[in-house]
Formats: sequence, structure tokens, C-alpha cells
Amino acid sequence: MSTAETYYDRKGLLQTLGRDGLIQIILILNTIVMLGPLVIMFFAAFKTNAQIFQSPFSFPDFTNVTNIVKIWTQTNFLRYLLNSVIVTGSSIVIILTLGTMAAYAIARYRFRGSGFVLMFFVAGLTLPLKLAIIPLFILMRDLGILNTQLSLIVIYVAMGLPTTVFIMTGFIRTLPNELEDAARMDGASEPRIMWSVMLPLVRPALVISGIQNLVPIWNDFFFPLIFIQKDNLKTLPQGLTTFMGEYTTDWGVLFAGLMLSSAPVIIIYIILSRQFINGMTAGAVK
Amino acid sequence: MAQLTLSGIKKGFGPVEVLHGIDLEIKDKEFIVFVGPSGCGKSTLLRLIAGLDTISAGEFRMNGRRMNEIAPSRRGIAMVFQSYALYPHMDVYENMAFGVRLMGLDKAEIERRIADAAQMLRLGELLKRKPRELSGGQRQRVAIGRALVRKPQLLLLDEPLSNLDAALRSDVRLEIAKLHRDIQGTTIYVTHDQVEAMTLADRIVVMNNGRVEQFGSPRELYERPANTFVAAFIGSPRMALLDVERQGNRLGLPGSGSLSLTRLPQIDERELVLGVRPDSLTITTDLAAEGFKGSVIYTEYLGDNTFIYVRLGNGTLVSIRTADAVELAPDTPVVVQVLPDAAHYFSRSTRERLAA
Repeated sequence: MSTAETYYDRKGLLQTLGRDGLIQIILILNTIVMLGPLVIMFFAAFKTNAQIFQSPFSFPDFTNVTNIVKIWTQTNFLRYLLNSVIVTGSSIVIILTLGTMAAYAIARYRFRGSGFVLMFFVAGLTLPLKLAIIPLFILMRDLGILNTQLSLIVIYVAMGLPTTVFIMTGFIRTLPNELEDAARMDGASEPRIMWSVMLPLVRPALVISGIQNLVPIWNDFFFPLIFIQKDNLKTLPQGLTTFMGEYTTDWGVLFAGLMLSSAPVIIIYIILSRQFINGMTAGAVK
Repeated sequence: MAQLTLSGIKKGFGPVEVLHGIDLEIKDKEFIVFVGPSGCGKSTLLRLIAGLDTISAGEFRMNGRRMNEIAPSRRGIAMVFQSYALYPHMDVYENMAFGVRLMGLDKAEIERRIADAAQMLRLGELLKRKPRELSGGQRQRVAIGRALVRKPQLLLLDEPLSNLDAALRSDVRLEIAKLHRDIQGTTIYVTHDQVEAMTLADRIVVMNNGRVEQFGSPRELYERPANTFVAAFIGSPRMALLDVERQGNRLGLPGSGSLSLTRLPQIDERELVLGVRPDSLTITTDLAAEGFKGSVIYTEYLGDNTFIYVRLGNGTLVSIRTADAVELAPDTPVVVQVLPDAAHYFSRSTRERLAA
């Protein structure tokens, strides 16, 4: 008896794996694509120039930490790292503080022009600040803050506020009004309501806004390039380019620098990832 | 102690006026219930008293002091919200401690008050739990506890039972009545449920369309409703309102015949509204008897009572309560009679009560 297999008897890929299986495969492939460059960077940080070009994908000798030692001792890396932390840290703190306060006011208080204020912030999303680089340069020069970290912080805060206000306003609007009314009845002042009741509740949104601003500010190369000339004020991305020589480049040292400079963001992301995911799905499930 | 005077209170949201001049005088230690259909303005009035919304016109005084401009946090009023509004990130203890800490009380006093409230509301084992780990009834008790620990002069409750299931509702209702006696304060309670209003209140404010229809004790409202709205709103099943025409001492209902009643109102108007409660109507199958003719729609047997619904000649549906388990098939022709002295009369034009 011949079993004639017709087309509908044959199992398709979707049936063999199931829907979830297929999703898993796609996610695994995506993970490889995402992690690949990171892994190569990580490997290259432990290789010499010659090894990098001979076998870019091979496992390095992890005991060979000369590149890292070199970065630590022979370059200005620590100074750059500190500058990046100062600039990024203060920008994020200012963005989140101002952004949350603005969003709370827009979301909760009824006043003339609140819609306009929100639109004004959101309009900032559509403006590429880099187009305004020449007027900004003149402005910074006239303010006398060229070649200071303040010039960067001011620009980053301006860049970060639109998205932050946008995200936070939307989030605060989803929180029940009665909570604030209850706090008012409990005798809380408006700043107290903001601090003790609202702030703990908007934490997921704060994490999203924070990470969303942290990555581009930490990685920004353009504005430091224009505004900062003093070597001891340079941020990491800008500082790392000094490792690239005109004729020769020590790729191993450069990769070691890249690895160390990306580490803080990756670590912060891992620590906050649960909150980040909570924030992304907030409102999806009641 | 809290004695409230509201005079000419109006509230508008933009061009829409939702309260059209409310005057109330509330005595100390009274349990007042605001009752009315949804959208009548009762919750708005409560929020004005709390200070959560601003009064558009009129004056609100508490113990003689003008409160219009006083911030809600400084009025010494506590409020229990319909959704409970517990702080989700704080445990039960913290929820209750939040308000008393802001009052600047010392630690021992705060702990004592919370312990008292927890004992009174049976929250002892729940103090370390977060609101999301509590059932509806437990959240309700925490919300009440949070209001009580502040020892407010005035306690406001905004439909506190509407999110509870029916079985729990009557339990909590009893607890609230007991709490009011224990704390010796003034309580204002908002509900759309007339049973809650009747059982809890010392005095009831019946509201409709942003106006007070009547303000009085449950007994007054039931026995002497000021107008047809109150007459129909209080009592279940509702009072039948019949558009009758008067000739001498006879009242005629178009299409249903007429009956004579003693003690008619001394007034010239021919067109009246006759209001009769289900327990003041009797029914007979003797079609020769004097009364309004109609036919049975259906009977509702409840064990101790039977309600018979009858459609009268002009289309009005009336319900009649009988103690005996009569069974009348639908469409049986019957005669409905009104017990003397139990009838209410209202003017057809103003819908106001007419003195008998």
C-alpha cells in the first residue's frame, strides 16, 4: 500500500516549529546580529594589531591585557571618562527634573496655553539641532561658555526635553486623578504630592526617558567636536579619536577604549532593564 | 465638631452650570446622605465641600468660618473615594500614616492611632501588605482607616460601596453606621442607592439636576415627599403616580373609571397627580367594585410578599404589594383600590405636594 503523500499531508515549517518556535528563531538570529559587533569589539580589545587583521573572529588570549593597561596608563582615558560622566550625568539629572515637572504641570493643571506649551515641546522633536550649529556656536561664544562642559549640558538638555516631556505627560495622564485628590485631602502640599505620590508612580517612565536620553548623549561625538577644544575637557567618543593616528592606528588600544566606554551604558541598561520593560508595557495590562 | 452652612452654592464647568444654588444647613454629628440619580451634582457638591473643586458662586462656612478659599489640605476634612485611591506604592500602614505624619504628630501618637484604626477595621494582619494584595472589601476598609486616623471634623464618603459585591455591601453599610456613632463626627455620604440613604442617614438631601429637591429625615421623605421626584425616588418598588382628574370628591383616571377618596386637597385645580405606594393599594377581581380598572401584567412572588404589576386604562403601570400569595394569571382584569389616608397629592403643573 503506497502512502501517497499529498501537499497538505506534508508538514510546513510553521507546523513543525509552531508559531513560538519561529519567533524564537528570529529572535536568536536577531541576537546574533546585535551581539556580533560587541563580541568582536570585546575580542579585539585583547589582541595586537597583527592578530586583529590576521584572525578578526578568533578567540584572543584573555590574559593579554596590555591594551587595557596602556589605555589606563598612557592615555587620557580616565579624564575623558570622567568628563563623559559629568556631562551625561548632569544632563540626565536636569532633563528628568525639568521634564517631569513640566510634564506634571501640563498633564494635571488646567491653565491657558497648556496645550501650546506641550506642542512647543513636541515641536522640538522635529528640529534637528545640528542644523543650527553655526548660530549655536555664535551663541555659546557670546555667552562665553565655549570650551566648557556647560555648553554641552545646555544643548543636551534642550535636545532631551522634548521626548521626555512627551513621554512623561502621556504617562502621568494615565495615572488616576483621585490619588492626588486623596493626597490633597490627607493634607499634602503640591510639592509633597509630586515627591511622595507621583514620583514613585512615574518611575517606569523616568527609566525609559533616562535610558532614551543616556545612550545618544553618552555616544555623542558631534557637539563636543565643535564646542570643546581643550584636551582635558573632551568626552569619551571625542577622546577616543585621538587614538587614531594619521599614519598608524593601534586598533587593539582603540577597541579596548571602546569596550571600556560602552561598559557603563551596558551595565546601567542591564540593571534597569526590568524597569524599562515594565515601563514599555505599562498600560498594556491593567 | 463640624457644623456646615452652604448658601447659594453654584458650580459651573465652562458654560455648563451643574449646581444651581444649593442651600443647606448641616448640624454637628449628623449623618447626611446626598442621594440622587447619576449626573445630579451630588458628587460635585461633595468635591466643593472637600475643596477639590472651586465654588463658582455662593458661600460655604464650616463652624462659622468661610471656607471657599481654604485649600483642601487645611480644611480638616477627610474623604473616602469611590475608587479608594490608595497609594499603590505604599503598604497599608504607610497609606494610613501618610496623612497623620503630615499633621506633625509624634511617632507614638501615630502608631497608637493606626493601631486603633487597624483594630476597629480588622486590618491587623494586613498592615504590611500593598493595596494590590488586598480584596475589594479590605481596600475599602483601608481607605476608611486612612480617613479615620486623622480624626477629621468632617468625613466625606463618595459612593464607598459601589465597587463592592452585594453581600459585602450590607456588611460594610452596618460598619459605616457603627463608625459614625463611634467617632462622633459629622459625616456626609454620597450614593445613588436609596436603600443606603434610608438606612444610614439622619437626614437625606435628595438632589436632581443640580438642585435640592428635598432635605429631611428618611421618615419625612417617605411619608411626606415634597414633590413627585422625591415621591418616585424614595421607596422600592416606586410609588405609582397617576394623572387623575377631580370631580367633587371623586378622582377619575381616563380609561379606568373613578373612585372617591376622603381628605382631598383644598385646592381648585382639577388636574392632580395621585401618588400611591405599593402597600397602599389593594386589588380585587370583583369587577363591580369601586376603583381603577386594569389588567395584570405579571406577579412577582418573593416569599413574604407578592408584587402584582397592573397596567391601568391610561397605560400607567402600578405595582401592588399583597401579603397573601395570590396568583393571578397575566391579562386577568382586576380593580385596583386605594387605601384611604395613604394617598399623596401633587399639582400636575408644578409637581409640588398639595396639602391634604
